[in-house]
Amino acid sequence: MSNKIKIATASLCGCFGCHMSILDIDERLFDLVGKVDFDRSPFTDVKTIGDCDIGIIEGGVANEENVAVLREFRKHCKILVAIGACAIDGGIPAMRNSFSLKECLVESYIDGIGIDNPMIPSDPELPLLLNKVRPIHEVVKIDYSVPGCPPSAETIWTFLTELIEGKSISYPYEQIRFD
Amino acid sequence: MNAKNTKKLKRTVIEPLTRVEGHGKVTLLQDEKQQIVQARLHIGEFRAFEKFIQGRPYWELPVIVQRLCGICPVSHHLAAAKATDMLVGAKQISPTAEKMRRLMHYGQTLQSHALHFFHLCSPDLMFGFDDAIRHRNIVGLIEDQPEIAKQGVLLRKYGQEVIRLTAGKRVHGTGAIPGGVNKSLNHDEVKYLNKDIDQIISWAQGAVALIKRIFFEQLDYNLSFARIESNMLSMIGNDGSFDNYHGGLRATDKQGKIIFDQLDYTKYRDYFKEGVKNWSYMKFPFIQSLGAENGWYRVGPLARVNHCDYFATPLAERERQEFKAIGNGKPIQSTLAYHWARLIELLHCAEAIKLVLQDPDICGDDLINKGKIQNTGIAVLEAPRGTLLHHYEIDDDGIVTKANLIVSTTNNNQAMNESIRQVANQYLSGNKLTEPMLNQIEVAIRAYDPCLSCATHAMGKMPLEISLIDNNNRLIDRLEKRVTGRIDRTL
Repeated sequence: MSNKIKIATASLCGCFGCHMSILDIDERLFDLVGKVDFDRSPFTDVKTIGDCDIGIIEGGVANEENVAVLREFRKHCKILVAIGACAIDGGIPAMRNSFSLKECLVESYIDGIGIDNPMIPSDPELPLLLNKVRPIHEVVKIDYSVPGCPPSAETIWTFLTELIEGKSISYPYEQIRFD
Repeated sequence: MNAKNTKKLKRTVIEPLTRVEGHGKVTLLQDEKQQIVQARLHIGEFRAFEKFIQGRPYWELPVIVQRLCGICPVSHHLAAAKATDMLVGAKQISPTAEKMRRLMHYGQTLQSHALHFFHLCSPDLMFGFDDAIRHRNIVGLIEDQPEIAKQGVLLRKYGQEVIRLTAGKRVHGTGAIPGGVNKSLNHDEVKYLNKDIDQIISWAQGAVALIKRIFFEQLDYNLSFARIESNMLSMIGNDGSFDNYHGGLRATDKQGKIIFDQLDYTKYRDYFKEGVKNWSYMKFPFIQSLGAENGWYRVGPLARVNHCDYFATPLAERERQEFKAIGNGKPIQSTLAYHWARLIELLHCAEAIKLVLQDPDICGDDLINKGKIQNTGIAVLEAPRGTLLHHYEIDDDGIVTKANLIVSTTNNNQAMNESIRQVANQYLSGNKLTEPMLNQIEVAIRAYDPCLSCATHAMGKMPLEISLIDNNNRLIDRLEKRVTGRIDRTL
């Protein structure tokens, strides 16, 4: 095996926007793949995480499967990073916390416009939903947070390069100002 | 194909699906003769946008609702903006606003199609469905085909730059607002985008040439793989041209006969229903008059390129004619033809961006129109993955009281299920499981470019483990994918 840094990524209850922002490093992707190996990630077909140096989590925790994936990542990653608003504080999906889970399901599958055969899906193949959407630090220890919705590619690039070089991370002002 | 009594059947699970945007899994049930009697794509995640935007003011819609998808946020941003145009009584938006929004959406479709083809699917198509797992991804492409990978990355980058300059930032911008836009382009920005556009068009042509070469290399196989016969639905320009921003709805049957045409989408409630099934959080839309059994349809590039009478740009139009020719006057029902149609659209978007950039209106300063507030706002546009509908009701204070979102991937739900059944029957029935066989199921799903993030608004990944369980619930076979890409039989 190579001595490259190993990185795994996962998106839990998020929108994939943080992963898009990682790809927004554009041509620098070619530099990055020279320095790191991607382990489990939505961009690869590696489905079981191995021991990694850095794990990057997008999205909060909304169902039992999210919890399981998050714990696997914590177990296998030396450094675990929360990327984006949803991982850090639940983000937009946590807006459902103002309502009960039942109210949300009834709106989508019973009372919604144009619903045929109304019922709340409950097949055992479906993972159980959590009552509330949670930030990931409520479930496992997090080493770093990269804020933004999503953080810009520049912010992510600063974070990754300085982390990989073993520096303490410092962002220029324009990389941590938002909308 | 739904088994009545599932207890005595063998269950096989493929989880998670990878190189699709979102989280899904497939279950297969086989009888004693290993014939597939049930195949299902399950979507196990749920967010509740339709509920939690209730109580919010309408002007937040374009920025909140786009956050159900980071891959096509512009499509949701614009669908919500179009619906809020109706809410604020802007019967027509200014030419500058409309052209800025169209430009933004061409950028969106360009980047999403490039991402899907180069970053996610090209490894299957270029290296084969049975390529090594560790290699079957964008990094493998960078190593083996650096020039093609570079073009893919830069095509996507260009689309993202169009979005950044029209919407304010690359992901979750703020450019479209009720009744118009909040900015137009300045001359430096136009110059910046013009600089590379000829190169982008040329690479887009290269992408179409590449998919044609791949498609024709094994024509019969590519025509028949995961092929199903379905109705199709798309929005179409009022003159029958390809239009991904505004128009009427066209639906055709398996033979290409019109079911309805130029339908005013604000009447969608009279034409569409959404079925619920116990085993998926993703709903099953259908055309009401045909019923749930026969009324399902396909959306997205395949439907749009089949449907449109012409592309308004010459290179894409020439490609459309060549594409249509393989159908001999019938709609092309091949599932893998989605890839081909998608790249024709990518080329069209590149050409269309060049045209919009030449229009002085995009530097105009007439940005917003408003009228009398109304309680209902309904909008449809064609997102990269297909027909997208947003519907909002507000009260007299402008607070959202009801919402309905029918997203592109949901429209393809039944079709994806039909396609995996077809593959399961053709390639899995009666066979011992191998990883490439299972990847074929995923290849069928990937052709639709599903965005399960849109459809369920959540995603996650679990390790891949496939178990075969016999009639007595005894485990008889199990395969696991290792981190190294190795597959082990762990029984």
